[in-house]
Amino acid sequence: MSASPETAAGTVVRSALESMGAEGRARVLASVARRFSDLDLAEEMVQEAMVQALRTWGRDGVPEVPEAWLITAAKRRGIDTLRRDQARARLIPRLGALQERDPGSGSVADPADEVLSRDFSPVPDERLGLFFACAHPVLKPEERIALTLRFLAGLSTAEVAHGLLVPVPTMQQRLVRAKRRIRALGISFDVPSRELLPERLAAVQRVVYLLFAEGFARSGGQAHVRDDLTEEAIRLAKVLHQLMPGSAEAAGLLGLLLLTQARRPARTDEAGRPIPLAEQDRSRWDGQLIAEGLALAERAASAPGAGAYAIQAAIAAVHAEAADVESTDWSQIAVLYRMLESYEPNPVVRLGRAVAWGRARGMQEGLAQLEDLVGDPALERFRPFHIARALTLEEAGDFAAAGAAYRRALELPGNEAESEFLSLALLGVQNAQK
Amino acid sequence: MKYALLLMGRVDDPNCGADGGADPEEFFAFDQEITSAGVVVSSFALEDPEHAVKVETDAAGDHVVSSGPFAEVQEFVGGSYIIEVDNLDDAIAWAKKSPGSKPGGHVEVRPVAPY
Repeated sequence: MSASPETAAGTVVRSALESMGAEGRARVLASVARRFSDLDLAEEMVQEAMVQALRTWGRDGVPEVPEAWLITAAKRRGIDTLRRDQARARLIPRLGALQERDPGSGSVADPADEVLSRDFSPVPDERLGLFFACAHPVLKPEERIALTLRFLAGLSTAEVAHGLLVPVPTMQQRLVRAKRRIRALGISFDVPSRELLPERLAAVQRVVYLLFAEGFARSGGQAHVRDDLTEEAIRLAKVLHQLMPGSAEAAGLLGLLLLTQARRPARTDEAGRPIPLAEQDRSRWDGQLIAEGLALAERAASAPGAGAYAIQAAIAAVHAEAADVESTDWSQIAVLYRMLESYEPNPVVRLGRAVAWGRARGMQEGLAQLEDLVGDPALERFRPFHIARALTLEEAGDFAAAGAAYRRALELPGNEAESEFLSLALLGVQNAQK
Repeated sequence: MKYALLLMGRVDDPNCGADGGADPEEFFAFDQEITSAGVVVSSFALEDPEHAVKVETDAAGDHVVSSGPFAEVQEFVGGSYIIEVDNLDDAIAWAKKSPGSKPGGHVEVRPVAPY
């Protein structure tokens, strides 16, 4: 089958656009969004620049740096659009954007034509500023996750909706509202000042962490894990680390996620049911991810500014280095949890510490610490707490109490695969009592 | 961007106003600081809410004018700055510096609509 010349050129253009990938598109969008401090406008202009690219690249060839071409074209179109819009036109001087366009050339029709064959310096990566805008603390947590997936992971609205188990129209509305909020409030697309940076970076990382956590153990639905979400989170953590190579916390978060993901092949059985850490076949852990994760965890721990993620990476590293549960350095983990508590004094961290103490100092000590946490209102509704308690009680031989804890866990929301595991475990302790 | 910093007080707060608590000197010092930073577009302070006069239209369509204090008013605007800064973070930073955000009051940050 022979293609006509136009179709062949069209194919080349399409493949040039496709080879930029989600990451390239995100870089283009970030640059344009930063220029105008407006995600809506940026999205629209990038879309138009892509259409323009299909037309002109087919005719004149694909430019040397397609991303740079698209950024320039989109920014010029953005300025033209603002000029036409009387209400927004007054924003132009503030954007300092006027000098970007040659005042002599009045050709609004195809402003990117003239930049086609010129050389471009490498495209600066402006995604970091976009990260901070999308995860600004004044936005609602669900808005932050949606914006980050849409604009930094480069997923389509439908993909974001699917990933977060939200109907597409709802997600569309959520994104529209969030974008308007960013513009109306004047949320910055720049990296925050040095004083604000630690706090704001924590907000950005929280989004990535929550995304990973949701993929790691679903809060609902059928399957226990969603690999697409964990992989997306790892990709975002990699971008953050790459954008802030000196940040201990950025290295720490990536290390934590890689070390946790390394357990993935051993975390579920053939039926998709979760397997507790103690019973996992560690020979199936991913050695490559562990090596990468350990290097990052080490770097994070020794760098200035190490905080909650560096510590959690260190905890994951201790697990990764142990051949089995018995030979795990649990007192080291307990100490790390105590350090973590000074950064994040929440009941979930205390739960981790209690479990580690139990392993380090004996079941009774661990149970005593777990019992201290019973009645904490946040943990009471937290399924993993009741699972941890049930597993510990079962190991200690208190099958009646373990059964009650499994039953309580089953009353709380979680995914179906996990519920199946809990039902089987409950059956197990009931039989053991007989 | 322009933002309004609305300095809010509560009528039932004993630490608010002239009866003690928030020191007027602190407000003067803040005013000096924010003014010399060159970000203030305009500003005003208001008399206490008990001196408010309310103008509204009743069910019959007639104007009704009444004067305070109004029992239903819990929170009130004590004063405001309109500032011109780069972004929301800068506006929040000024709100944090303002004595208006100390215990007993709060500062509401509102973007000024661009039209």
